[in-house]
Amino acid sequence: MYETNYHRASSVSEAASLLAGSDEAKLLAGGQTLIPTMKQRLAAPSDVVDIRHIAELKGISVSGSKVTIGAATSHAEVAQSADIANVCPALCGLAAHIGDPHVRHMGTIGGSIANNDPAADYPAAMVALDATIHTNNRTISASDFFVGLFETALDEGEIVTAVSFDAPSKAAYQKFPNPASRYAMAGVFVAQGNGGIRVGVTGAGSEGVFRSSEMEEALASDFSPAALDAIAVDPAGMLADIHGSAVYRANLVKVMARRAVAAAG
Amino acid sequence: MGVEGIGARVARKEDKRFITGKGRYTDDMVVPGMKHAVFVRSPHAHAKIKSIDTSSASAMPGVIGILDGKQLTEDGIGSLICGWAVHSKDGSPMNMGVWRPLAEDTVRYVGDAVLIVVADTGDQARAAAEAVVIDYEELPAVTTALAAMKDGAPQIHPEADHNLIFDWEIGNGADVDAAIANAAHVTNLDVDNNRLVPNAMEPRATLGVYDDSEEHYTCWTTSQNPHVARLVMSAFYNVAPENKLRVIAPDVGGGFGSKIYIYPEEIVCLWASKRTGVPVKWTADRTEAFLTDAHGRDHVSNIKIAFDADNRITALKVDTIANLGAYMSLFSSSVPTYLYATLLSGQYNIANVHANVRTVYTNTTPVDAYRGAGRPEASYLVERAMETAARELGVSPAELRRKNFITQFPHQTPVIMNYDGGDFGASLDAATKAADYDGFPARKAEAAGRGKLRGIGMSCYIEACGIAPSKAVGSLGAGVGLWESAEVRVNAVGTVEVLTGSHSHGQGHETTFAQLVAERLGVGMDTVSIVHGDTDKVQMGMGTYGSRSGAVGMSAVSVALDRVEAKAKKVAAHLLEADESDIIIENGELKVAGTDKSVPWFQMALACYTAHNLPDGMEPGLKESAFFDPTNFSFPAGCYICEVEVDPETGKTEIIQFVAADDFGNIINPMIVEGQVHGGVAQGIGQAMLESCIYDPDTGQLLTASYMDYAMPRADDLPSFDVSTTVTPSPSNPLGIKGCGEAGAIGSPPAVINAITDAIGSNKLEMPASPQAVWAALNAK
Repeated sequence: MYETNYHRASSVSEAASLLAGSDEAKLLAGGQTLIPTMKQRLAAPSDVVDIRHIAELKGISVSGSKVTIGAATSHAEVAQSADIANVCPALCGLAAHIGDPHVRHMGTIGGSIANNDPAADYPAAMVALDATIHTNNRTISASDFFVGLFETALDEGEIVTAVSFDAPSKAAYQKFPNPASRYAMAGVFVAQGNGGIRVGVTGAGSEGVFRSSEMEEALASDFSPAALDAIAVDPAGMLADIHGSAVYRANLVKVMARRAVAAAG
Repeated sequence: MGVEGIGARVARKEDKRFITGKGRYTDDMVVPGMKHAVFVRSPHAHAKIKSIDTSSASAMPGVIGILDGKQLTEDGIGSLICGWAVHSKDGSPMNMGVWRPLAEDTVRYVGDAVLIVVADTGDQARAAAEAVVIDYEELPAVTTALAAMKDGAPQIHPEADHNLIFDWEIGNGADVDAAIANAAHVTNLDVDNNRLVPNAMEPRATLGVYDDSEEHYTCWTTSQNPHVARLVMSAFYNVAPENKLRVIAPDVGGGFGSKIYIYPEEIVCLWASKRTGVPVKWTADRTEAFLTDAHGRDHVSNIKIAFDADNRITALKVDTIANLGAYMSLFSSSVPTYLYATLLSGQYNIANVHANVRTVYTNTTPVDAYRGAGRPEASYLVERAMETAARELGVSPAELRRKNFITQFPHQTPVIMNYDGGDFGASLDAATKAADYDGFPARKAEAAGRGKLRGIGMSCYIEACGIAPSKAVGSLGAGVGLWESAEVRVNAVGTVEVLTGSHSHGQGHETTFAQLVAERLGVGMDTVSIVHGDTDKVQMGMGTYGSRSGAVGMSAVSVALDRVEAKAKKVAAHLLEADESDIIIENGELKVAGTDKSVPWFQMALACYTAHNLPDGMEPGLKESAFFDPTNFSFPAGCYICEVEVDPETGKTEIIQFVAADDFGNIINPMIVEGQVHGGVAQGIGQAMLESCIYDPDTGQLLTASYMDYAMPRADDLPSFDVSTTVTPSPSNPLGIKGCGEAGAIGSPPAVINAITDAIGSNKLEMPASPQAVWAALNAK
């Protein structure tokens, strides 16, 4: 790891000013991607601004069906939240299967979505739940937030502060893990909410997380696994690597979608 | 057996230190004035070095020296050797290229060392290493053996035309061809054996210290065989004569073969210590471990097995091409030849066996022995072919094997090995019973009702361990003898120190060797210390690999114990005024049989050292040594049965049951043996289903250079193992031990793949049987 200056911010505004005061600062929101990248000397931020200990970024609140999760809330906290489990257990299940115990206790939801790894789990849930991403100067809908591989709608210096969504009437997440990294090779989050049925797919798309409108339409008329049988996922839009060809990933998307629908009941 | 003697499940003495973080590994070593080294390595798979500019790097903070291959050559440091000469079938010697510890003109794989940078801190050394400017002229690279042999392929070493190192054969080729021509049935199978990265938990490290006042070197290193390291560095690399070189391999965190070899880093750090005048430490990071630890396997093979009308095997023929990487590592030539083709007769009575093996250079990391070393490749080939044959012939895989088992011993195979004992039917019976082999069809039907494809697969492996008789390996080209040495010191208070040339890097020698002493001398294990891993303490040794520590290393201890016992009895007889032949050793005492006369063990020992009252002419002291050379290899064998369920929608395979029935001969500590089988089977399942070392075929870059892409087996990938043993003692060593360290990795891959191919109804499946590969095989039908 190259030398860097570590700052522990105590407020969002302090974090923002630390970011603004440095040319090459990076936010540290758990560090489960950033730190390994720095250790491999593939990233060399001059300053690291740790926002994981900022009180206003932490915590989970559930009010009626409205769920708000602070950006610095760890995956373990989401996984173990009885309040979220009451209204959206699928999200707890998703968080419980991110990485390993170490990752789940260090990594945060804000860090995960701001990084927008194409194989991360949370982005699929955010788009399927039609979540709102709160930052230090605006709100962004999840559909607009995730732009491409490791790319989001965040501006320079903009900090994710929370995510919020209305709990769906039913939802489920199914993922097929990469045998080596255990990241999703295909992860499908299916949710039925006030605005209808949404299907978020991660791990498979060549442009990162995406919604499958074809599946959403099929499920709108018949919310059952069989409703997806006739749908052919096009390999043309899929990632391909040594672990999974585009054809294989296209198959996995459909299989995981059917299983998610079955699990959502 | 006592509570601590042979056969007892004694908890490992060394584990307290390991699990409380008190182990002392090479990287823990600190000496005054110690500095840190980083190697500058080739980022290219194949390139000419046009120029090296270290001027700005040398001026960076903390930098003590940046040394190159030309300086190494000026100082007369030798090239790396291959210690086993294999000749082509036309009698010509192997076409070995030069491997310099630091590349001077040409780099041949990604990770090839070019420079060493020594600085006050590791970070300073890394920073300076990045500031070095090397101008490379990139050359075309080739990563697979098949491509490397083709006309027009990049020429990697001038010595090896078409990159061919040797074209070797064994067995009776003409008889094999005739038998195949006359066969009632021939099974013909193309099989690859995937390349693996060893992944010892502790990365390699070394600390080189030169003392100019004594002109003496000390090398701490992560070695499985420190005496061999000293021998090779003295005799071949010209680092220092043996009396001026001490090699210490302290606690070592796993090796699996990859720490047998003497790598460039040990040599260069010792040399750099003299050149720079400071002790030089280097510890690999995980990426370096992936790039530079010798890899394993990487064979492409065809096997043919011929049967007569009664389903008896009449001939077996194999053609193998082995990828040895960019340079010939220390034992690389022996792995795909004498450790491989000599086991192709398997457990079967086959009159005619022939194998042809070509070895090839490629622009990849050198390949050498990795847990099993040649024997997993042989077992995988033979056992996949046997299962395939049973399917083609429409007979039970178990019964086809049983019909062809060798049942009379000794048995001379057509490929050198003389099996001296075993009972293959017993392990087959034990495994099929434990697995409820006959009840499989009902389980398959039940799984089908759940939408799962259930399959069962078997493997009856045999291997050769306890390597090996020195005369035998010498006649086959080995540059060293493979005996082992031991010294047993009884101190004046009766405590015992055993100095052994075996080296423990996970095997638990501090426990099992002490159990042997406890058994023999009737003393408590807590009075026994095992000393290993230091050339200044232990007289000599050949180290630990090839499951040889029990069969060879402990046998040397046993012979030394014979000598200690003989002298102890003489002394006791003198003290007790009895006849020496009446003395027995039991429960910490030397007794006169049939009487109540005895002398405590410690008192006898004290008498040896006070020497006030010894028999006339007897030397004081009680210390004996032995060099043990076995009369034959030992032949562990067994039967493994794997049962799987495949999810046809995803290709994901779950192992439902894994049964291992092994014959390891006599067993010192069943708990440690079971642990070895568990670990070996886990590695075998890793090879069969998860692990794959993949290079980009165009650039030669290692694509699986981290755990993000290289899938190691984890606990939830594995079932609970059903492990048992049957026993036929080995006649080739006094303890009847056969060895257990590699069996799990040898026997399990074919059992797993046979189960999966049974489940999916297709034999077109290579390792690793990843979900994608299984799904593709299912959908290719």
